[in-house]
Amino acid sequence: MRILFKTSYLDDIRLIRHGGYTLWYGALAAALLAAPLVLAEFYVGELSQVFILAIAGVGLMLLIGYTGLASLGHGAFMAIGAYTNTYLITKGVPFLVSFPLAGLAALAAGIAVALPANRMTGIYLAIATLAFSQIVEQVVVRWESVTRGFQGLPVPPPDLLGHPLTRAWEFYYLCLAVLVLVVLGAANLIRSPTGRAMVAIRDSEISAQSLGVNLVRYKTIAFGLSAFVTGLAGALLGHKLKFISPDAFNIILSIQLLLMVVVGGLGSIHGAIYGAIFVGGLPQAIALMRDYLPGAIARTPGLEPGLFGLVMILVVLFEPLGIYGRWLKIKAYFDYFPLYRRATFKRQRSYLKTERVR
Amino acid sequence: MELAQLIVGGIAQGCVYGLIALGFVLIYKATEMVNFAQGDLMMLGAFLALTFIGTMGLDYWLGFLLAALCMGLLGYLLDALVLRRIIGQPQFAIVILTISLGFLFRSAAGFIWGHETQVFETPFTNRIIALGELVLPLESISMIAGTVVLAGLLYLFFNYTRIGNAMQAASQNQLAAYYMGIPVKRINSLIWALSAIVATIAGVLLSPVSLVDPSIGFLGIKAFAAAVVGGFGSLAGTVLGGLIVGISETLAGRYLPPGFKEIVAYLIMLGVLLVRPQGLFSTIQRKKV
Repeated sequence: MRILFKTSYLDDIRLIRHGGYTLWYGALAAALLAAPLVLAEFYVGELSQVFILAIAGVGLMLLIGYTGLASLGHGAFMAIGAYTNTYLITKGVPFLVSFPLAGLAALAAGIAVALPANRMTGIYLAIATLAFSQIVEQVVVRWESVTRGFQGLPVPPPDLLGHPLTRAWEFYYLCLAVLVLVVLGAANLIRSPTGRAMVAIRDSEISAQSLGVNLVRYKTIAFGLSAFVTGLAGALLGHKLKFISPDAFNIILSIQLLLMVVVGGLGSIHGAIYGAIFVGGLPQAIALMRDYLPGAIARTPGLEPGLFGLVMILVVLFEPLGIYGRWLKIKAYFDYFPLYRRATFKRQRSYLKTERVR
Repeated sequence: MELAQLIVGGIAQGCVYGLIALGFVLIYKATEMVNFAQGDLMMLGAFLALTFIGTMGLDYWLGFLLAALCMGLLGYLLDALVLRRIIGQPQFAIVILTISLGFLFRSAAGFIWGHETQVFETPFTNRIIALGELVLPLESISMIAGTVVLAGLLYLFFNYTRIGNAMQAASQNQLAAYYMGIPVKRINSLIWALSAIVATIAGVLLSPVSLVDPSIGFLGIKAFAAAVVGGFGSLAGTVLGGLIVGISETLAGRYLPPGFKEIVAYLIMLGVLLVRPQGLFSTIQRKKV
């Protein structure tokens, strides 16, 4: 069991808390850098897919996990990122410019959503973001001069200073680099005053407000940043799919993103990553399972969303803290070995907060 | 004349939205849960009716009744076995849980009944009534009449029966209702049952028009717009919200460029939320410290 002595505020917000962090994250970095040398090309592609999902997951986590604002329409921000990026590239803009611009387009959309959304709470916000994603989907379908509607758009490979990244391992390193930047950015954001304000809003809007946190301002920032990161993920997803059409960004994608942050564990960046591994790996697991399932079940087209639903139900009912929460529990069990108490992680008594006032 | 024709069609469509939205609002008023699986409950109800009427060849009304009863049982069990367990968790957990239930239902329906669009014979299919120059399909009339009758029955139920009064009391103040000897848990499960029955009625009335397949549950998203316009508060407001959405959607499909029909419901909803974040006919206010 390790005891950390903190003597200053800077000690409290350090990213690398002790030597173990350097060791394990170093090992992880080495493994990820070496992965394309060892793995077959198919798995390298799958890993880049997981990275893209993780980027979007971190984006959504900033909003749901850290600011406490529900969004059921984050697939729309991915669509905006993907289409902006592709449109600019086909117009001759280099990838290094079009990629951040894709994020900025999503950021602008995020702020546009935040303006009405700031007046809503809880359930209204969830429904409004759902409506937003439906509207974006229709716009993508109908704005044929830019998006070519249901015909879809082919996406050229990302071009890095005159060198097109066509091979799987090149794209893998690109996704990895973006993911590392996004994760570091998010971790730094959370320990900055802005991030603290977001967390305060999540825990109690009223107390945050009375401590002088400008709700409208920080909610808008949270929406904008979340949309920015998600837009970047969308641009990468476009390159991964090599072909984008409105079907790729429908409500199922939004729900998958939601599943990711919930299954991974709300309120931690680790959670977004674990969730991405889970969601990215589940189709593979289902594909493997299909061989063992009876034919009639295995051939059902709706199997995957159904399994997603089932997993989400089980997680919400039995492990509300998600995969990361389970990991923390296991760690705590060994840290305090004979003294672990179940109640450590017990949800504090909180009744459903009523929104009604009479 | 064309306008009148369109408006009648819009009213019929709006009635269905109103009925689905009624299911949301019943549950929301009672338990403050928003049931994102309401559209999928409607889909399951329609499929059950299809099984009873189309496959087993029962009489339409008998099959209707059986489907409604089965769905009522399902609704009761859903609350008693699944949803009651997460009371006390953040509202977000409930949103996720009901969304996942919807996915599970859709997948199960696809597994049991297949993903093809199906249809069953009703007494209203493909028949028309001519009122002067107005030519009205009987399906539309049945939707409007069904909604009116159901709304009337619900009004009587909530105001003149013991159990309806108990439901109102429980949704106004659970603790006080419990002290008065009302079995709040069972009442909440019964409200889920009632809401599933309303969803079934919506599904069966809609089935001649939209046909039946596992994805008709997505109609539930539009019904949200209706519920929000109505303000999640009063039952009458909800049906009115449904009518507003239904009529404007039909008119937009005729007079506006393509694409607007699909999104006009959301545009109205966002507009309402901008002007009155609590809905047009709402009773909800911001919490004060």
